[in-house]
Amino acid sequence: MYTEQVMEHFTNPRNMGEIADADGVGEVGNAKCGDIMKIFLKIKDGIIEDVKFKTYGCASAIATSSIATEMIKGHSIEEAVALSNKAVVEALGGLPAHKIHCSVLAEQAVKAALWNYYDKQGIDPAPILGENALCDCHDCDHCGE
Amino acid sequence: MEKFIYADNAATTAVSNKVLEQMMPYFSEQYGNASSLYSFGQKAKAGVNKAREQIASAIGAENSNEIYFTGGGSESDNWAIKGVAHSMAKKGKNHIISTAFEHHAVLHCLDKLKKEGFEITLLDVHSDGLVRVDELEAAIREDTALVTVMYANNEIGTVQPIKEIGEVCKKHRVIFHTDAVQAVGNIPIDVKDAAIDLLSMSSHKFHGPKGVGALYIRKGIVIPNLIDGGAQERGRRAGTENTAGIVGMGAAIEIAVATMEERAKRLSEIRDYIIDNALKIERSRVNGDRKHRLPGNVSLCFEGIEGESLLLMLDAKGVCASSGSACTSGSLDPSHVLLSIGLPHEVAHGSLRLSFSDENTMEDAEYILSVLPPIVERLRLMSPLWDRIKMEEKENN
Ligand SMILES: Cc1ncc(COP(=O)(O)O)c(C=O)c1O
Repeated sequence: MYTEQVMEHFTNPRNMGEIADADGVGEVGNAKCGDIMKIFLKIKDGIIEDVKFKTYGCASAIATSSIATEMIKGHSIEEAVALSNKAVVEALGGLPAHKIHCSVLAEQAVKAALWNYYDKQGIDPAPILGENALCDCHDCDHCGE
Repeated sequence: MEKFIYADNAATTAVSNKVLEQMMPYFSEQYGNASSLYSFGQKAKAGVNKAREQIASAIGAENSNEIYFTGGGSESDNWAIKGVAHSMAKKGKNHIISTAFEHHAVLHCLDKLKKEGFEITLLDVHSDGLVRVDELEAAIREDTALVTVMYANNEIGTVQPIKEIGEVCKKHRVIFHTDAVQAVGNIPIDVKDAAIDLLSMSSHKFHGPKGVGALYIRKGIVIPNLIDGGAQERGRRAGTENTAGIVGMGAAIEIAVATMEERAKRLSEIRDYIIDNALKIERSRVNGDRKHRLPGNVSLCFEGIEGESLLLMLDAKGVCASSGSACTSGSLDPSHVLLSIGLPHEVAHGSLRLSFSDENTMEDAEYILSVLPPIVERLRLMSPLWDRIKMEEKENN
């Protein structure tokens, strides 16, 4: 069902943990749906110096958050902003159709952390990240409860 | 050698060697058509008839001609439920009583019948996963055509008060069907004693082959034929018999019943040992009543983690198990069984089912208990939900 890359990231997740003095923290998903992703960012001079994640969810939720952290660590904020769920799926060698929403969550978790970062800096995140960057609904009717 | 523990016997079981041995001749030696008149065909027929006797005797049927072979549990359920519904509708009876936690082979039949205009009452199974007979009796109406309540639940293993239900149905002259797919071969069944009118079974749940099952239809119960065609199964389910499969099912049920008592004792020890020890993990729970429970069923929930991750980590340690989380059910919701006993979604997502058979040992239990707690801990370490649970715990103290 899962590619080798997914299983590899699930078995050996990269950057798992927390950053106590993070510059940006974002959390998306909800317990009722069965997945929550939380991303912590340390940003210096426009570069993602460090990133950690915590995820509650299935193997693909853990794998997508792991690889997403790897894809932005050491990169510029602009690159992190541009991280798409498609790129996450590609990096994992594909995901089963009903797991694509995990990659969407991973993208949104990064955006949520960036949102929090800009917010803290007194910069309006909406023009940079897009108004709807934080809508984390994926066809379920559990949200908003 | 790499560890391999198969603890998913509620999903399916291995065909045992003894069963396989009895099946083998029917593939290439006794391959005759059981409907043929020459003695070669009649040998195949004898194999089928013997299996029919074995099954009748295993469930206490009056006569082996009350046993009809089918293609498995789902087919038996479909035939029984739609069959009774359609034949009773002609008498103006359009109401069916069942439970919220039936197998989909039952629930999806009921969905379909509902669309056809039947009225369905699904009984609450309470937090212990048990139907209340007084509630069932209260639900019976003048126009009730059928009561269908599973003998034992496939996910949480709870065994229903079938005899009491049978008596109530008999008293009110309502036809009673039970999906006994998980019960047959594991706990004693007597269709006469429990006043069961129709009973579904499936061979692959008790070390028989897959794709073969049977429906017990008590003499006098009228339901339409399932498949029209030849005279097989007395014309009610036409098609050349799956001789080897049927022989295998007969052999398997005979062995299962003969060894039941000893096995039930052994498996319930394994079951209770695992449950008792797994419950030492904080924020864990056992699903379903502990007393009225299949000998080989363990169903647990661990808060703060998700079932699919848990299964894959167990798999990496060589343990095959199952879960009722949304991710494993392939839908957005966790299993309807876990929701039916009132578990919140987030708790049901962290479910684990281990189911044991003849082939499991106490050593398996020891091994599972050695790998399970570290896996739960590892997943909780990653889980922001777990952090939240612990935070709330602190705030409440
Ligand atoms: C309670 C119950 N009913 C019906 C079935 C379906 O049986 P089969 O797979 O033989 O169609 C199963 C098996 O999963 C079951 O556990």
